[in-house]
Amino acid sequence: MHILVKGAGVAGLVTAHELLRRGAAVTVVDAAPSLGGGASFMAGGMLAPWCERESAEEAVITLGSIAADWWDNAVPGLVLRNGTLVVAPPRDAAEIDRFARRTRGYRQVGAEEIARLEPHLSGRFSSGLFFPSEAHLDPRTALYRLHEKLARSGVTFSFGATTADGRFDAVIDCTGMAAASALPALRGVRGEMVCLQTNEVEFARPVRLIHPRFPLYVVPRGQGRFMVGATMIESDDDGPPSARSVMELLNAAYAVNPAFGEARILETGAGVRPAFADNLPRIERSGGTHHLNGLFRHGFLLAPAMAGRLADRILTNRESDNAGYRQRQIA
Amino acid sequence: MAFTIYDDVFASRLILGTAQYPSPAVLADAVKRSGTALVTVSLRRESGGGDAFWQLIRDLGVMVLPNTAGCHSVREAVTTAEMARELFQTDRIKLEVIGHHDTLQPDVFALVEAAGELTARGFKVYPYTTDDLVVGERLVEAGCKVLMPWCAPIGSARGPRDLHALRALRAAFPEIPLIVDAGLGRPSHAAAVMELGFDGVLLNTAVARAGDPAAMAAAFASAVTAGRTAHHAVPLEPRDMAVPSTPVIGRAVFA
Repeated sequence: MHILVKGAGVAGLVTAHELLRRGAAVTVVDAAPSLGGGASFMAGGMLAPWCERESAEEAVITLGSIAADWWDNAVPGLVLRNGTLVVAPPRDAAEIDRFARRTRGYRQVGAEEIARLEPHLSGRFSSGLFFPSEAHLDPRTALYRLHEKLARSGVTFSFGATTADGRFDAVIDCTGMAAASALPALRGVRGEMVCLQTNEVEFARPVRLIHPRFPLYVVPRGQGRFMVGATMIESDDDGPPSARSVMELLNAAYAVNPAFGEARILETGAGVRPAFADNLPRIERSGGTHHLNGLFRHGFLLAPAMAGRLADRILTNRESDNAGYRQRQIA
Repeated sequence: MAFTIYDDVFASRLILGTAQYPSPAVLADAVKRSGTALVTVSLRRESGGGDAFWQLIRDLGVMVLPNTAGCHSVREAVTTAEMARELFQTDRIKLEVIGHHDTLQPDVFALVEAAGELTARGFKVYPYTTDDLVVGERLVEAGCKVLMPWCAPIGSARGPRDLHALRALRAAFPEIPLIVDAGLGRPSHAAAVMELGFDGVLLNTAVARAGDPAAMAAAFASAVTAGRTAHHAVPLEPRDMAVPSTPVIGRAVFA
């Protein structure tokens, strides 16, 4: 079997990996001139299915709980299994209870344990939730490593191309919003982020700040770098972040720790997450092409499980289609 | 249950906001279960590129009330309203001019000015205001045929903070449709303001951020109906003394 994968974002690369692992020959094309760009490179890289359950359906857990192991196997050494810490400013402490009611897999932590987990939050928050089983990784490094590994293992990459010459047994489209014309139900949800650098703050794990109007996370990237994200705006505009959004992100980072006020801004960016109406990913077939799309804000979290299903379906002709998946999800 | 605002007849007295839902699919469910005939939609933050979401809103099959959420000045509000009119092909506009970033309290001075300007431009203005009587009068003078007072700050879920102020508003504007906009947290809050004779309620956070938004939408719909029915049934006023519902003298009558 020789399979063409369109798109070298997280969905495309993970799919290529799953196909290769099952013995297929794989060619990957991407319209961009080189690896990088696209929504995947704006990702937070949190493998946090239990936290995500706060605003997503149960499928984020059923599909997402394998993600940390998958990434650890695919690109060893990148996954940090330090959990997630969720905190709220004192005046929004009631929101912690709401978050707790909507999630599981956490334990309540007080000021002392927060200080033990994250010394740089010492004295700043008196209550929070700790999700010990969650993990995170640096998404860009993960994609570069995955690309390198795939190329070394015989996957052909062609950048600056939307298709490739040759006969393919199947074509898989993982191009996110670029596939919108083939998938009319797909919509874009814009996300904006800021990357900061400071040596005054250290975190071992992603810190989520609950705020009634603006959920936010600060993900440590190592070497004093942090990614602060991400807005959720119903828009397919991938232009630069707005001043308002950057202000809100920076304000929230400042609320987590005022030392972020002195941090350097390394980067601001925006990406458009592809999403279906239920904000869950789908495998669809349209005009002879298989589509894996709609990963929304869960690319790194849900791509492994979805790519595995898709690879199984194509290579073994096993019909574990969406209908079955959706029924299980409702049950 | 139908009622009229400007010349639009609405089959439901519940207006639903469309922000903050876990997904558009959940939003669609909530709209259905609420039985609402009118949903609000924000343009400000999604300026440009929000076509897919707006199409989802149009596809809900109910009337749309675009809002000027996030606007802090008359100019911004008027520009946003004009954009909304073009996008949704409606003259309805929920006018919000935020005066205080933290509490999202309306800037009532700019609100009155913007209401006048938008009325002159042919809009049907639904002003989000405080429970201040004089501001209400100014808004009506500016051309508003509906008032939408808060009962507590937006998203606070506190329920009516000042029932006397809401009563006074109802008494002062017997002919103007009054919708409680902002601050409702639970169906009992909605029932309480409907019992006072308010014409409707506008909800967003209380439904969108509930554990089960669609079920909460249904609960609010029942509460709105209950409150409205109770208002027409003329509820008892509280009394200082116990008033037994059966005679007690002698005690032995039917025992």
